[in-house]
Amino acid sequence: MKRVRRALRPAVVPLLAIFSAFLVGSVFMFITDLENLKHFPTDPVGTIIAGIVHVGDAYYALIIGAFGDPGKIIAAIGSNDPKVIASAIRPLTETLVAASPLIFTGLAVAIAFRSGVFNIGVEGQFIMGAMGATVAVLVLRDLPPPILLVLAIAIGTLTGAAWGFIPGFLKARTGAHEVITTIMLNYVAAQLVLFGLRSDFLRQPGNNAPISKLLSTIVRVPLIFDLPAIRLHWGFVVALLMAAIVSWFIFKTTKGYELRAAGFNLHAARYAGMSAGGSIMLAMTLSGGLAGLGGSFEVLGTAGQMTNDLSAGFGFNAIALALLAGNRPLGIVLAALLFGALRTGGALMQVKTGIPLDLLVFIQALVIMFVAAPLLVRSIFRMNPRPLDEGSPI
Amino acid sequence: MRLELKEITKRFPGVLANDRITISVDKGEVLGLLGENGAGKTTLMNILSGLYRPDSGEILIEGEPRTFDDPRQAIEAGIGMVHQHFQLVPVFDVVESVALGSESVTGPLGTFDRKVARSRVVELSKQYGLNVNPDATIEDLPVGVRQRVEILKALYRKSDVLVLDEPSAVLTPAETEELFAIIRGLAEGGTSVIFITHKLGEVLEVADRITVLRRGAVAGTVLPAETTREHLAQLMVGRDVDLIVDKGPATPGDVVLSLTDVFIKDDRLGMAVKGLSLDVRAGEIVAIAGVQGNGQTELVEAIVGLRTIDSGQMSISGEPIHHASPRHIADLGVAHIPEDRMRDGLIAGMTVKENYILDSYHREPYSGGGRLHADAIASGAATGVKDFDIRTPSIETMAGSLSGGNQQKVVVAREFYRPLKLVIASQPTRGLDVGSIEYIHRRIVEQRDAGAAVLIVSTELDEVLAVGDRVAVMFGGTIAGILEGPEATKDAVGMLMGGGE
Repeated sequence: MKRVRRALRPAVVPLLAIFSAFLVGSVFMFITDLENLKHFPTDPVGTIIAGIVHVGDAYYALIIGAFGDPGKIIAAIGSNDPKVIASAIRPLTETLVAASPLIFTGLAVAIAFRSGVFNIGVEGQFIMGAMGATVAVLVLRDLPPPILLVLAIAIGTLTGAAWGFIPGFLKARTGAHEVITTIMLNYVAAQLVLFGLRSDFLRQPGNNAPISKLLSTIVRVPLIFDLPAIRLHWGFVVALLMAAIVSWFIFKTTKGYELRAAGFNLHAARYAGMSAGGSIMLAMTLSGGLAGLGGSFEVLGTAGQMTNDLSAGFGFNAIALALLAGNRPLGIVLAALLFGALRTGGALMQVKTGIPLDLLVFIQALVIMFVAAPLLVRSIFRMNPRPLDEGSPI
Repeated sequence: MRLELKEITKRFPGVLANDRITISVDKGEVLGLLGENGAGKTTLMNILSGLYRPDSGEILIEGEPRTFDDPRQAIEAGIGMVHQHFQLVPVFDVVESVALGSESVTGPLGTFDRKVARSRVVELSKQYGLNVNPDATIEDLPVGVRQRVEILKALYRKSDVLVLDEPSAVLTPAETEELFAIIRGLAEGGTSVIFITHKLGEVLEVADRITVLRRGAVAGTVLPAETTREHLAQLMVGRDVDLIVDKGPATPGDVVLSLTDVFIKDDRLGMAVKGLSLDVRAGEIVAIAGVQGNGQTELVEAIVGLRTIDSGQMSISGEPIHHASPRHIADLGVAHIPEDRMRDGLIAGMTVKENYILDSYHREPYSGGGRLHADAIASGAATGVKDFDIRTPSIETMAGSLSGGNQQKVVVAREFYRPLKLVIASQPTRGLDVGSIEYIHRRIVEQRDAGAAVLIVSTELDEVLAVGDRVAVMFGGTIAGILEGPEATKDAVGMLMGGGE
């Protein structure tokens, strides 16, 4: 029992933050529903009931849109029609597809943060990784597909790692602040991708937009289910695996211990004989590698071709996500699933209730705000503030 | 009674921090609150200043029961705190700092009325002999003056109970004397003062009455005239304490650490150590005395491999260590107790267990093949905690939440738990209580007797004289003199520390 409570303690504030954000979101839905509010002067009770029903409908649509309709899923399990099954589980698999890149980028941010470096450059490392994988596929296209796939993913990962190594090296050798250098390198990466996608080698013939040739006709990350219109590929499983590996690495290995020590207190790490510069470079390289791996799976699994807007802000959302997850790998998986669910469920909500998708961005922002202000959450829910002298692990 | 705390109890998870504590202080009285680190002094003061609420017990001011929900209410009730770590804004000047939070304002926009504030600051400063320039910027002021600014702040808020938390920890002996004069002045003016400390000599010198705390409870209340240092120490620790380090004569062996004509640069490219030569032999303790900032820090950093020397010879057991890494030097059998344990010696956000392996995590038995061995770490840390009497709820406790003495014991346990050739200890007992000081000194002497060479750097004269077999005084980046045996007296060392002959 004590163990369970210990394990759950870090989840309390994030869970309450999510709950509060949805509560504030409901209020927002209510007061922006002008059609309904018009009746308020004549029928206040009816208006409020209608408003609550409206909010309920919206969140119901959000959940169904993100995880599927349970009735439909149960019915589908009985049937043998792949089309029925596919349509029942599609929302859930789409949530997992949306969560996959966020798991990779979230882990990338977390491993850097644990080591005391703020990697704001995950976005750039992600698209550089995707770019590396794209180029590798087109250059090595004659290799047998399984080998090509593994090689392309490896090259994508290394490209991301190299892109992360640069700011790490600069910080370790010259003291250049990684926040500045990674932000700048994001711009460089974006321009490099754009430049590459304009070259004849990469560009899709007959198309002026910055879109690469179709990669999916050459090689593709295999799908988990062989069902029509289900896009979930093995990249999701690799993402989960990476979460487990990262967790093992930072808590169970000597290198991980060094990184955490340097992250908490660089002075003490140096005094204990660790190499501070080495830790910074290693952390940034691993972080970039994880981002690059995510980018490779996104381009070779989900998108099927490289575009300059391949990353829908995955690298930036990952910073918020890592904060929500307290930089814990398991937390990152859960937070990525939440963000993924909001993204996929929002579409159905918009169709069913006319509430714009942007509201979910608003809710996402509120979640982060509440997490960033744990004292606010604690005071809302009348929890005891932590005694001042209790150590708080990040 | 101006202020009474009655039967105050405060419990934290796993710790009974205050156990039915009752103290009182009258108008114009100086109460010395004496206790080891972790005895509950700070918790008690945090209750008094409104930061914590007691689980039970009451606070009476002039006989009236009061409760404080936040620090503001405590301030309004006339309680002024001067914390160990100052709460000042470095870029503000003295007037701004003092008025901050209770500014007098004029005009419709609420402009800060500097004139009014300044004249009050000047007046208070004069009245109590604080001697503070009201227009100086905080960051330009020496520590001792900053402390007086904190006192001014409390007086400005019309505090009639002034609480000073370990005020002398950051002061030089001369500054401490000045502070005592100020405290007496305040008491004569009617202010009640609660003086929190773990230093025996100070309470005897300045307090009218002394309450001793031990393990969260009151161990006794005594008058300075009716007690002795030994008795106070015994109340504090709960047993008889040796205030004199008990050690036999040294039996020096071969030279372990050898420094010849060493020059070391400081961070500002000046020369911090200028042609220093010193030998430390196996089985002896060489204590380096000196006022802070005479090159001691740079010297120690160079010996342990954190700073390169500019010229000269430096070797351990004959092996040159000019360009050796900190880890290489540690592997030669060198232990290092750093000067600033919170910055350099410990990782506050990691557990006791993780701190225990900080410089041995890469070796057997704590790891192998790049993997940490959780069981070996847990049992190693548990042994260290037991053998070095580290008071911690568990080995999973964050090191940052331990008391200073226990933090230092974690460092010492970690460093001493292997065969050593050389021990480098910088300010090993700074900020520690009597019990911990005695303990750490004993451990250091044990290392000497086991055949290690020991180099201690300290600014505390008492420590240098008590522990050192030879006392080397550092002044202006070089050894001004080495004193041994009967010639190492307080006066002689003090003279050399000041640059005299």
